[in-house]
Amino acid sequence: MSSLEQLLAAKEIAICCGAGGVGKTTTAAAAAAMAAVSLGGKVLVLTVDPARRLADALGMEELGNVEVRVPGSVMAAAGVEPRGELWAAMLDAKQSWDELVRRHAPDDATVSRILDNPLYQNISGRFAQGNEYIAMERLYEIHRTGTYDLIVVDTPPTRHALDFLEAPDRMAEFFSSRLLRWLTAPARSRMLTLASRPFYQVADRVLGSQFLQDIAEFFLLFQTMYDGFVERSQAVKRLVHGRRTTFIVVSTLEVTPLREAQFFMDALAGLGLHPGALVLNKALPAYLLDAGATRVSERLRADGPALAAVLGGDAGEPAAVARVLREVGESFLNFGVVAKREAEQRTELASRPDVVVTVPFFDTDIYDLGGLLRLGRSLWSGG
Amino acid sequence: MTVDLLDRRLLFVTGKGGVGKSTTAAALALLGATRGKRTLACEVDAKGDLADFFETTRPAFEAHKVASNLWLMAMDTEASLREYLHLQLRLPTVARLGPLARIFDFVSTAAPGVREILTVGKIGWEVRERHYDLVVVDAPATGHIVGQLTAPQAINDLVRVGQVREQTGWLADLLADAATTGLVVVTTPEEMPVNETIELVARVRSETRIDVAAIVVNRVLPELFSGADEAVFERLAEPALSDRLADAVRGPVGPVLDAARLAVTLRRTRAGHLDRLRDSLGPSVPLLYVPYLFTRGHGLRTTGQVAQALSDELGY
Repeated sequence: MSSLEQLLAAKEIAICCGAGGVGKTTTAAAAAAMAAVSLGGKVLVLTVDPARRLADALGMEELGNVEVRVPGSVMAAAGVEPRGELWAAMLDAKQSWDELVRRHAPDDATVSRILDNPLYQNISGRFAQGNEYIAMERLYEIHRTGTYDLIVVDTPPTRHALDFLEAPDRMAEFFSSRLLRWLTAPARSRMLTLASRPFYQVADRVLGSQFLQDIAEFFLLFQTMYDGFVERSQAVKRLVHGRRTTFIVVSTLEVTPLREAQFFMDALAGLGLHPGALVLNKALPAYLLDAGATRVSERLRADGPALAAVLGGDAGEPAAVARVLREVGESFLNFGVVAKREAEQRTELASRPDVVVTVPFFDTDIYDLGGLLRLGRSLWSGG
Repeated sequence: MTVDLLDRRLLFVTGKGGVGKSTTAAALALLGATRGKRTLACEVDAKGDLADFFETTRPAFEAHKVASNLWLMAMDTEASLREYLHLQLRLPTVARLGPLARIFDFVSTAAPGVREILTVGKIGWEVRERHYDLVVVDAPATGHIVGQLTAPQAINDLVRVGQVREQTGWLADLLADAATTGLVVVTTPEEMPVNETIELVARVRSETRIDVAAIVVNRVLPELFSGADEAVFERLAEPALSDRLADAVRGPVGPVLDAARLAVTLRRTRAGHLDRLRDSLGPSVPLLYVPYLFTRGHGLRTTGQVAQALSDELGY
């Protein structure tokens, strides 16, 4: 496997992961756009970022839980005739949770009791770990419909890069734990359990028994969905860990994001999973490392007035020319320092996947599909 | 006029991932300490990054002194619970919470706001007890900060009785007092971070009572040429002159000129985003600019440079 193009042509799901601020969302969108344009088929980019940035980059007003097709006019405006279709969706965690409840609860009465429970409303809206789980669950749901040839997923910023991989297990564990059974046991037998007494007393003093009852009631309701839920989370796990799924680890060449990328690749390897590609974003141009140009810059910085005299008056007033030469030299050397650090960072990468793509620092922003495709082309070719 | 940034006693520093949130938090803490305030820097996302910025050992729940007037701690909700139980409920300090910890873990996963309240509660307590003159929190990123700041209210809504209920009141008041508490949002002059900052400020203003104390714009690129000098540069870049220059320096001039053009374009694109940020925030929030440091190195030296830039911006 030598290129991102070949990798994406062979897989059904590509999960983009990495630290915050490295361009994960944009990379996911660009890869999906390229796949739709040049590989063909139906390609979906699914973003789970609560900051709703994908719509910006795709030039769309808004994205929601339901997939929408990027219109032909947007494609035309970008000057492409796509071989396939590009679709986009943004995870709405609350709505996805509600759907999950509707699917698994035994009857309508339970559905509405769960949906109305204040604790549930809080959890489905804000439960951070739930977000990671629901993202994978939604991916599973969409993949199962068989509508798309390729789904590119942008993962939520997590405290821990592996959180979303482990989310299905944790969710299953959560719902099968003894603690949950204890909490949902009738209050009297709970009080009688000797081991639980200190906690109950403390918890009662701190939180009040009403709150504990609310929690118990909530989990009692949730337990009705237990079997479906556990089975489901295992299916989600099989999909994410399966061979049809690949991972695109995204980073910049800065210290912290790269450390996280390395950690993530090691962790994937530890799980027996194969990181498909590493994308190194926002790399400064290689010419900044050129030894000859560096020497020239040092000359410009040091000898501005003398060089201005050699150039004569054609460029402008000598003092101004000297000033400009000095600035130009200085600026090259400044950016050169950063470029050297980036190069060092790259050599320090201990292990790397087969596909490593370097994407240049674009000097303008990506605000439309045309820009995304420009990035996409460099993802395709930047081996 | 708003309260001077460092005259507040509690600053939450947030921002989109990758914009330099932790650097800024470290720099503000360092600045506070050098200005004679007993300062606590508190890391909430247990990544240990803050230690790098002070070149010290990984912080723990127990604050340790890293410089004159400067202490560093890392939030640990379990330790916070233990301290709370000990101080507020006068329970004996237990070395190991054991099964209680597992149950707590479970409840805090299930009940939103419990983990957050223990974080904000511990920080608020340090402020209220005046253990420090200034507490700077390296807070969660933009996606999670509102949840953290609204935790006292959320708990108030969910828990109707009990001791927690009594204590969320003062905490909410402390957070809402602009003379005491402020939120600092860090951004870079790039499209997505600016969008996220604008969205966050709108959410903070509508969903919380906390005051947005300042926006720190990090990595502002230098202006390469003044207006007239740019015309000089354009003439130098024409083949006739650039060839003559290449002869004079006996080396490749093309990449050097390309790099200058890249620097100019980058600066210009970013200026547009800065204008957008200023227009959308209005004059009530001060913007503090920190220049791009051409080092990308972590460490105390960088923290000092950022602190100096902030000090200049604050007019110290």
